[in-house]
Amino acid sequence: MAKFKVNGVEHELDIEPEMPLLWAIRDELGMTGTKFGCGIASCGACTVHVNGSAVRSCVLPVSAIEGQNITTIEGLAFAAAGADSGTATNSAPDISAVQQAWIDHQVPQCGYCQSGMIMAVSSFLANNPNPSDADIDAGITNVCRCGSYPRIRKAIHSLAIA
Amino acid sequence: MKVSRRRFILSSALVGGGILIGYSATRPSKHRLANNELAKNGEHYVTSFIKIDPDNQVTIYVPHAEMGQGVHTSLAMMAADELDANWEMINIEQAPATDLFANGDLVKGFAGEAGVPGFLMGLVNVSATKIAEIGNLQITGGSSSVRFTGDIAMRTAGAAARQMLIECAAQRWNVPVDECTASMSYVQHNISGQSLSYGDLVSDAALLEPTTEPTLKDRSQFNIMGKAISRNDIPAKVDGTAPYGLDYHCEGMLYAAIRMAPVFGTKLVSVDASAALSRRGVKRVVELEDSVAVVADSYWRAKEALKLVKAEFETSENDSISSADIAARFDAELASSNGKEDFEQGNADDYIASAADTIEASYRVPYLSHAPMEPMNCTVHFHDGKADLWTSTQDALGIRGRVAKIGGLSENDVTHHFSYVGGGFGRRLPFTWNVIDHATLIAKEFDVPVKTVLSREDDMQQDYYRPAVHSNFKAGFDSYGNVLAWHNRFTGPIQVAGAAFIPYAIENQSIRVVDGETHVPIAAWRSVDHSQQTFFTESFVDEIAHRAGVNPYQFRMNLLQHHPRHRKVLEVAAKAAGYGQNLPEGHALGLAVQESFGSICAEVAEVSIDDDGQPIVHKVTAAIDCGWAVNPDTVEAQVESGIIFGLTAALYGEITIENGRVVQNNFPDYEMVRMADAPEIEVHIVESGEALGGLGEPATPPIAAAVTNGLYILTGQRVRDLPIRKHDFSKPASLAAV
Repeated sequence: MAKFKVNGVEHELDIEPEMPLLWAIRDELGMTGTKFGCGIASCGACTVHVNGSAVRSCVLPVSAIEGQNITTIEGLAFAAAGADSGTATNSAPDISAVQQAWIDHQVPQCGYCQSGMIMAVSSFLANNPNPSDADIDAGITNVCRCGSYPRIRKAIHSLAIA
Repeated sequence: MKVSRRRFILSSALVGGGILIGYSATRPSKHRLANNELAKNGEHYVTSFIKIDPDNQVTIYVPHAEMGQGVHTSLAMMAADELDANWEMINIEQAPATDLFANGDLVKGFAGEAGVPGFLMGLVNVSATKIAEIGNLQITGGSSSVRFTGDIAMRTAGAAARQMLIECAAQRWNVPVDECTASMSYVQHNISGQSLSYGDLVSDAALLEPTTEPTLKDRSQFNIMGKAISRNDIPAKVDGTAPYGLDYHCEGMLYAAIRMAPVFGTKLVSVDASAALSRRGVKRVVELEDSVAVVADSYWRAKEALKLVKAEFETSENDSISSADIAARFDAELASSNGKEDFEQGNADDYIASAADTIEASYRVPYLSHAPMEPMNCTVHFHDGKADLWTSTQDALGIRGRVAKIGGLSENDVTHHFSYVGGGFGRRLPFTWNVIDHATLIAKEFDVPVKTVLSREDDMQQDYYRPAVHSNFKAGFDSYGNVLAWHNRFTGPIQVAGAAFIPYAIENQSIRVVDGETHVPIAAWRSVDHSQQTFFTESFVDEIAHRAGVNPYQFRMNLLQHHPRHRKVLEVAAKAAGYGQNLPEGHALGLAVQESFGSICAEVAEVSIDDDGQPIVHKVTAAIDCGWAVNPDTVEAQVESGIIFGLTAALYGEITIENGRVVQNNFPDYEMVRMADAPEIEVHIVESGEALGGLGEPATPPIAAAVTNGLYILTGQRVRDLPIRKHDFSKPASLAAV
């Protein structure tokens, strides 16, 4: 039995310990906001948060996250507001500041990579609230085939807290 | 603007006294069907694409796939503006994949005599006959949605609807039509102060004779077009709710992982699946003609079990073919064949034989994979003699037909369910059927939905590739250094006509194509032939300029005297990039310009070399003349996107063949431009007011040559084969003179 929390909800799944978290989330729980891109932790489309830190879930076996708190794109707004979606209140926002910046800067094109991109950037900004361009280059390594990078950079800078 | 589109405005009486007025190039009978199928609860279709309900809600059905190009929003803007609708009350929906919304006929109707328009020919390497056989298309490709469907069907539909609503209001008030105006989904009679909503009028409008010649707005009258309007698909793309084909999920569904013949075109010989069948969750091992699939209750379980399947594929004469063999074959073909005419003017051969000076160069580009972020996938559910279908596609109607054909059903018994497309770039066009065919055959063995997924490795090795191409050039100068002959031989096939043509005024030109067929399957790849031909021609023009001792910008301007739109975008981009002014130490500017899909795009790349001898692209300044901008923010986004896509190919893109099969299998060996490589991009929209041009593709072609032309100025090293990363710039050959 694999036991972990996703967006505040406890799950107990009868799955193999080596099943990657991505497939547990998508095929076992049916939550499809987290994307499959490369399967080898290269592109970042599958990025989720484990205890608040960005990880690439396509190579992370569920045995490695036993009992831990997973946040996916579906729960990001709650998590970013410091709330727990399992006990969501009316005050919880629909989307986080990063997601709002993505709308304001019209970042996504096909949008397929953007769940992972937003999860990566949210974690990155939590650790580095006022990043330089070089910080962004080093810290955001996800692939966007549509080339939304210039808009991602602008959106990140707009979120900077000096 | 008065347009005569009488034959495309149709009407038909409906049971219950209503009338349907539609814009279409399809048969009138289809409109009766459309109304029966889609209009419910007192709603009426004023046109094929626009629905107005009694609550004054306007719904616009967009018959194109949304894959990030913003086409749902742009096309709705075009209809809504002509309709004078309130944008805040617009619903945008993708038109269903039924033949009511086919666009093959629509596009053909405006494509002239040939019957099949050039851009469709360019989508895939097939004959016109083959495309004609398909009949029903609902294609998103060829950078065509806005300039064809939008400018022709959407605007006309909106204008016709508006005119009828005004006429209806005038009758009801018993006042002259020209005293009535429309705005924000209301018709007003300003003299009497009366006003009625479109919803109030829509039932009466259905009783009117159709407008025969709708009047489209002049650009000065636009209220919605021309504004940077937020895309309607973006909110769902930031909270994880946007559905892609891969996201279909239901209890009890199954998943298939597949191994296809590694050498294209070979067949499966034998399978030992015993180890796989004992794995948890595995339901069945399915053998197909060219592949073997494991079906399980999770994709991961299917994929893990597939690793245990032993499969033997037949040997073939292609088993020993490598990229080097293909290159040698191309060179031999170029050496021995004069090829077929692409363009001839004057006598380039004779001129070069007697020229005062000549220059020659050989260029080549490798195969490229599309690598959309959403791996290829297709879910099919056969039940009750019908099938449901979920797949991200650039041609929902074509896919529906294909699944019906492979699955042995009639087209009307197959339903394609909407999804966004997680990247298309040509990979999800008709004839690139492999995952569709396999998914259909696999699912046919079950009565639950089966989702077949190509892993990233499968997709990269089983794509339909941008062709590898070689292109040889010669040019001849007179004794004053004027270039008077252009001689070009390249390997085919030609997928888009005219991509190798040059806009430059060179008196004698001979452009011919030789055979470049191999066993590697090819298809359209964003911008199709323009992606390689622009690298070739804009590089060689640069070589000629340097040989002539004229700076590459001035040289182009001098030879573009008959192309004022090219001159303008080049001038705008060069000026904005600071061409001719002082640059930071160690930086240089390279430029290129190309017309494709009705738009003209100039790009200036600012480049330098880092300490490891690797190129850095700091900034790209682009100017694009797409006629005029429907949604300027979308225009900018598409130019940014096209540049990054082309830059990835220029810097890194290379699919190589060894032992008849593709070597690369995932992003580590088919690298992408990521944040650290992504240049700053500045986009200038040049509005010439000419006919609308495409936007999904035209920014991709110029970037490779813009970068390599800049690298030449910096290092004296001319890059004649891509990708750029194969070249070492750590020891500059010499500084170029210009």
